[in-house]
Amino acid sequence: MSELPDDVTALIGTPQYPVTATFGVERSYTYNTLAATQNANPLYWDDAVADELTGGMTALPSTLSLWLRPHFWEPGADGEQVALKVHFDLKERFDLPEAVMTDNTLEFHDPVRPGDVISHAQVLRSVSGPKTTKLGSGRFWVIDIEYRNQDGALVGIESYTGFGYKRQGSA
Amino acid sequence: MPVPNSTGLLFATVSEGDVLPELTVEVTRTTVVLGALASRDWRPMHHDYKFATERNGVADIFLNTPNQAAWIERFLTDWTGPTGRIRRMTFRMRDSVFPGDRMVMAGTVTSTGTDATGCAWAEVEVTMTATTPEGTDKVATTCTARVALPTDENDNPWARSGEQWTPGE
Repeated sequence: MSELPDDVTALIGTPQYPVTATFGVERSYTYNTLAATQNANPLYWDDAVADELTGGMTALPSTLSLWLRPHFWEPGADGEQVALKVHFDLKERFDLPEAVMTDNTLEFHDPVRPGDVISHAQVLRSVSGPKTTKLGSGRFWVIDIEYRNQDGALVGIESYTGFGYKRQGSA
Repeated sequence: MPVPNSTGLLFATVSEGDVLPELTVEVTRTTVVLGALASRDWRPMHHDYKFATERNGVADIFLNTPNQAAWIERFLTDWTGPTGRIRRMTFRMRDSVFPGDRMVMAGTVTSTGTDATGCAWAEVEVTMTATTPEGTDKVATTCTARVALPTDENDNPWARSGEQWTPGE
């Protein structure tokens, strides 16, 4: 088994980049995803159904990762703002210019509601030794993200497996 | 487009081996870009053809992961109605879904049960298949989802919280 550099090993299990979203949860985000997927679930379109089942409007659960994504640009920002910074740090650390996500687990806890402000932190769980796939040669890694609302209540846990790689034949 | 029944699917009517109604989507560039922007995913491989083909080495822009999750959520709740509450979804992305593909979501109930708190659930194996314009089928994504369902007309999985809601189990 290939050993990892010490600086990478030290990051495993350590929460990084704790962030509180700079924008609150808005109903419009749910509408955007409902429209993009032609989803007619009345829980998100009909206030009476939402009041009866969830005590008021909630965000579509699968939009959980939306709350970690920064604006594409904001005043004072330097360059493109990216979500899942640990993923991009690993690409740079191992000099792997390309990357894809191969696995993703979403676990839904308390519903997210309009007006909530969501905080999250990223935790690197593992990094593989060198691997070669049809995309190229690189490494797999697993990153967890824990999301909490302004009251500290857990609203979801997300786990990503990424593969950073160099395309075959690239320098 | 069918509108889900607001009363919802009851656990007692679900059995292992049940097959969910399929959902078919003709994927366009708008499908891909709309889904990426709705999920605040600004990465160029989901809207920039040149970046996707020349940098990522793939055939075209492709559906991003959060949007695939949203499509599968819709597929599941079209079946359960609004009382169905998804506990957990695990995806494996095997191949990409491109504009021009016909995307089909199919699902089978693989197990059912009740957790220690009395919350009833069904586990569904979902397969998202993409058929290219040339007629080649590929499995793009598989998903294992566990969905809480009401045990009777008076039960509401959404009313559960704290120790009564254990989606990790």
